[in-house]
Amino acid sequence: MKTVLQLDQIEKYYGNRSNLTKALDSISFEVEEQEFVAIMGASGSGKTTLLNCISTIDKVTAGHIVVDGTDITKLKGNQLNRFRREELGFIFQDFNLLDTLTAYENIALALSIQNVPAKQIRDRVLEAAEQLGIQDVLDKYPYQMSGGQKQRVASARAIITNPKLVLADEPTGALDSKSARMLLESFESLNAAGTTILMVTHDSFTASYASRVIFIKDGKLFHEIRRGADNRKQFFDKIIDVVTLLGGDVSDAL
Amino acid sequence: MLFKLSVNNMKKSVKDYTVYFCTLIVGVAVFYVFNAIQSQTVMMDITKNTREIIEMMESMLSGVSVLVAVILGFLIIYATRFLIRRRNREFGLYMLLGMSKRKISMILFGETFLIGLISLGVGLLLGVCASQFMSILVARMFQADMTKFTFVFSKDACIQTIAYFCLMYLIVIVFNTVMVSRYQLIDLLRFDKKSEKVRMKNPWICTIVFLISAAMLGYAYYSVTGGFKEIARNGIYTSIILGAVSTFFIFWSLSGLILKIVMSVKGIYYRGLNSFILRQFASKINTMVASMTIICLMLFVTICVLSSALSMNHSMNANISELAPVDVQLMKHRNLDESWIKQGYTKEEIQNSRSGLFEEYKQDGLNLDQYLDEYVTFNIYATDDLTLGDMLGSSLEEIRMVYSALQYDTAELIMTVSDYNRVASLYGKQTYTLDQDEYMVIANYETMMELRDRSLKKGEKIKVFGHSLKPKYETCRDGFVEMMASHANMGIVIVPDQVVDEDYVEYESITGNYRSKDKEKAEATFRKAIKEKADLNYISTSRLEILENSVGLGAMVVFIGMYLGIIFLISCAAILALKELSESADNVERYDMLRKIGTDEKMISGALFKQIGIFFLFPLILACIHSYFGIQFCTKLLETLGNEKMMQSVLETAGIIVLIYGGYFLITYLCSKNMIQNK
Repeated sequence: MKTVLQLDQIEKYYGNRSNLTKALDSISFEVEEQEFVAIMGASGSGKTTLLNCISTIDKVTAGHIVVDGTDITKLKGNQLNRFRREELGFIFQDFNLLDTLTAYENIALALSIQNVPAKQIRDRVLEAAEQLGIQDVLDKYPYQMSGGQKQRVASARAIITNPKLVLADEPTGALDSKSARMLLESFESLNAAGTTILMVTHDSFTASYASRVIFIKDGKLFHEIRRGADNRKQFFDKIIDVVTLLGGDVSDAL
Repeated sequence: MLFKLSVNNMKKSVKDYTVYFCTLIVGVAVFYVFNAIQSQTVMMDITKNTREIIEMMESMLSGVSVLVAVILGFLIIYATRFLIRRRNREFGLYMLLGMSKRKISMILFGETFLIGLISLGVGLLLGVCASQFMSILVARMFQADMTKFTFVFSKDACIQTIAYFCLMYLIVIVFNTVMVSRYQLIDLLRFDKKSEKVRMKNPWICTIVFLISAAMLGYAYYSVTGGFKEIARNGIYTSIILGAVSTFFIFWSLSGLILKIVMSVKGIYYRGLNSFILRQFASKINTMVASMTIICLMLFVTICVLSSALSMNHSMNANISELAPVDVQLMKHRNLDESWIKQGYTKEEIQNSRSGLFEEYKQDGLNLDQYLDEYVTFNIYATDDLTLGDMLGSSLEEIRMVYSALQYDTAELIMTVSDYNRVASLYGKQTYTLDQDEYMVIANYETMMELRDRSLKKGEKIKVFGHSLKPKYETCRDGFVEMMASHANMGIVIVPDQVVDEDYVEYESITGNYRSKDKEKAEATFRKAIKEKADLNYISTSRLEILENSVGLGAMVVFIGMYLGIIFLISCAAILALKELSESADNVERYDMLRKIGTDEKMISGALFKQIGIFFLFPLILACIHSYFGIQFCTKLLETLGNEKMMQSVLETAGIIVLIYGGYFLITYLCSKNMIQNK
C-alpha cells in the first residue's frame, strides 16, 4: 500500500512565550491509500486544528506534512490553493454549499475552478451523484434539501475531483441519526470504491464506520485501534472502551 | 454611556460608512461651492452687466439647491435606513439585554448627530477650499481679471448649507425613531437566519415582457426623435413615463433572461467561477431591479443635462463670431399707430416714430462717420397684407394641425434685395439678385425653415404691396439681419427694390463697426454721443453686449448643469456602492467557502470585480442608450441656441462620468476585496 498522508512530528503553538498553548504536540502518523481513518478527541483536544493543518487552512509551527510525496508545509500562496483544489476534497460540518447554486452547480463548481472543459463536467457530476444516490436532488437548491442530502451533495463535490485524500470535519455533526447513518454508509461505499478518507469526529458511532480510529488528548496522540476483522458493533464497543479511558467529555456526547 | 456606544459603533462600522461618509462630505462641499459663487465674484473686476447676470445665476442656483437638497435628503434617508438594517442583530442584542427602545433611538440619534457634525464640518472646510479654485474658474469664464487673489468665505452660503443639512438630519432622526419603535425582538434576532430563496422566472414570460418593453422603449425613442413633431402635440410626458416603465421591465426581464441564456451555453457557464458570478447576479437583481431603474434614469438625466449644458456653452461662444459679426446695431421702431399705446408705448414715442433715425441724428448735428468706420442703413418693412399664414399658403392647414401655437397672423418682415445685400456684404455673407417678379426667404431657425420650405417648394405665389411674386429658390437661404446670440431668425422676405412702399417701414437700422480699436471705450463714447434713449422704440444691440450675455448665459447653464450632474452622479453611485458593499459583507462566507475548496485568489478577486462591475455597468449601458436618443431630443429642443461641438460635449460628459462613477466603482471594489480577504 502506498502512503497518502504522512505526519512527521507536527506541532502547533498558540499564544506567546509567557502563555503558550500547545494545540498539537509532536503528532506523527501515516494514512495509507484507500484507508478510512477517524480522529477522535474531546472538544479542545486539537483535532480540528490537526485537520486544518492537513488541509493547509492553518500552518504548523514545526514538523512536516507530506501528501502523496509533496511536503505541504513548504507550499505558499497560490500553490496552496492549487494543492487544495487538486489533491484534497473537503466535507464540512455545516455543508458549506453555495445557497445561490443548485446541487448540480455546486458539484460542478469544484471542476470548473480547475478549468475542466464543460463537456466532461456533466458526465462526471452524474457519476458522482450516482455514487452518493442524489440524482433526484441535482436541480434543487440547498434550502430545498434535507441536511443529509446537503451533506451528500457536499461529499459528491469533495470526491468529484478524484482527490488523493478526502478530509471530513464532523460530517455528521449537523445531521439526525438516520441521515447520519445514510451518509456514513455512503462513506463506506466510497471508501470501498477506492477513496481515502480522513474524518474528524467526537461521536463514537460515527467513528465506528472507519477502519482505524486515532485518539487525541490535549494535543497528543493518545491511542490507536484498528477495526481488523471486527464487525461494526464490536468495533464500536472497543471505541467506547477507549473513550471511557479518555475521560468523561467524549462519552457525554454519545 | 449611550454616547460612548454611538462612538464605538461608528468606529467599528467605519468600513461600511466610508463611502457614505465621503459622499456626504462631497455633497456638503458641492452645495457650499455653488451657493458661494456670488460671493466669490465680489472682488472681481467685472462689468455691471456681467454682475447682473451673476446675480441672476445665483438666484437660479439657490432655486436648484432646493432640488439638490431633496435629492441628497433622499440619499441620506435611504443610506441610514440601509446601514441600520444591517445592524438589526446588534439592536436585537441591546433589546435582549433590556435596553428600552427610547435608548436605542438615543444611540441612533447620537450616531446621526456625530455623522452630521463631522460631515458638515469637513464638507464645509473642503467646500471653502474648493470655492477658491471655483473663483479662478468663474473669473476665466467671465473673462475677469484675477490679478489679486483674495480668500473669500461666504457666510450666506455657509448658513444656507448648515440650515439645509440640519433639516435633512432632523428628518433622518424622525425616520429612525419611527423605525425603532416598530422593532420586534424576534425579527431582529432571526434577521440573517432566513435562507435565501432563489426564484427562477419563467423564461417565456421574461421574453414576452422583454419584447413588449423593448417595443415600448422603441416607441418612446421614436417619438422623441424621429416623431418630434408628434411631441409638440402630445407632450413629452407620455414618452418619459413610457421610457421609465419600460426601463423597469427591461431590467426585470433581463435578469431572468441573461441567466437562462448563459446557462444554456454550457461552455461559458461552467468555466471558472462564471456559474457563481451569474447566480450571485441573478439572486441580487431580483431585489435590485427597482433601484437599478432609478439609478439608470438618474444617470440618463445626468448625461443629458451635462452634455446639453456643455454643448450650449460651446455653441454660444461659437455663435458669437457668426451671429454678431459687427460692433453695433441701432434700430428704431417706425410708423407706429395709436394701437401701440396698449403695448405700453407713450403718445410721444408714437409721435417720435414718424421721423427717421438717420435724419434725427443729422438734426442733432451728429456725424456718424466720426464714430463708425463702416456702416449701412437699411429698412425693414411689414404689412398686414402679408402674414405668416399668407406665406405658408396652401400648406397652412396641415402645418396648423401640428404647430397650433404659432402666430399665423403676424405680419412678415420684408426687406429689399439691395438693402439686404448691403447688410450681407457687411456681415461677409452671400449676396443675391432677384428678378422683377421673384422673392426669397432668409432664415436660420431650422424648424421654421422646414415649414417655409414646404410652401417654397410648391412655388406658392405671394401678394405684397399689390405685386404678385413667385419664389426664386425652393428652400430658405441661410442668413439674418438682426444681431443676436442664437439662430433665431424665423424668416425675412426679400423682395425686389421697386416693390416696397415707403409708408410701411417698420424698422430703420444703422449697423456698423466702431472706428476705434478699443471697442469698450468706443462703445461708451458712442452711447453718450447718440444720447441713448430709454424709449421703447429704440433698440440697440452691440457685439460686446451679446458677448457678455451669452458668456453669462453659457456659464449659468454650465454651472447649473454641473451642479445637478455632480449631485445626481454621486447620489446614484453612492447608492450602488453601499448596496454592493453590504452585499460583499454578506458574501464573505461564500467567498470564504470558495477559498476553502481551493479557488485561486486571482479567480476570487476576478469574480468580485466582475460581480461589482456588472452592477455598475448594467444601469450605465441602458442609460447610455437612453441618452443617445435623449440628447437628440435636447439638441432639437435647444436648436436655436446651437448644438455645435456636441461630440466634444458628450466626450467631456463621458470624462466626468468615468471619473466620478468609475471612482466609486473602484472604491467599492477595493473595499469589498479588503472585506472578503480579512476573514
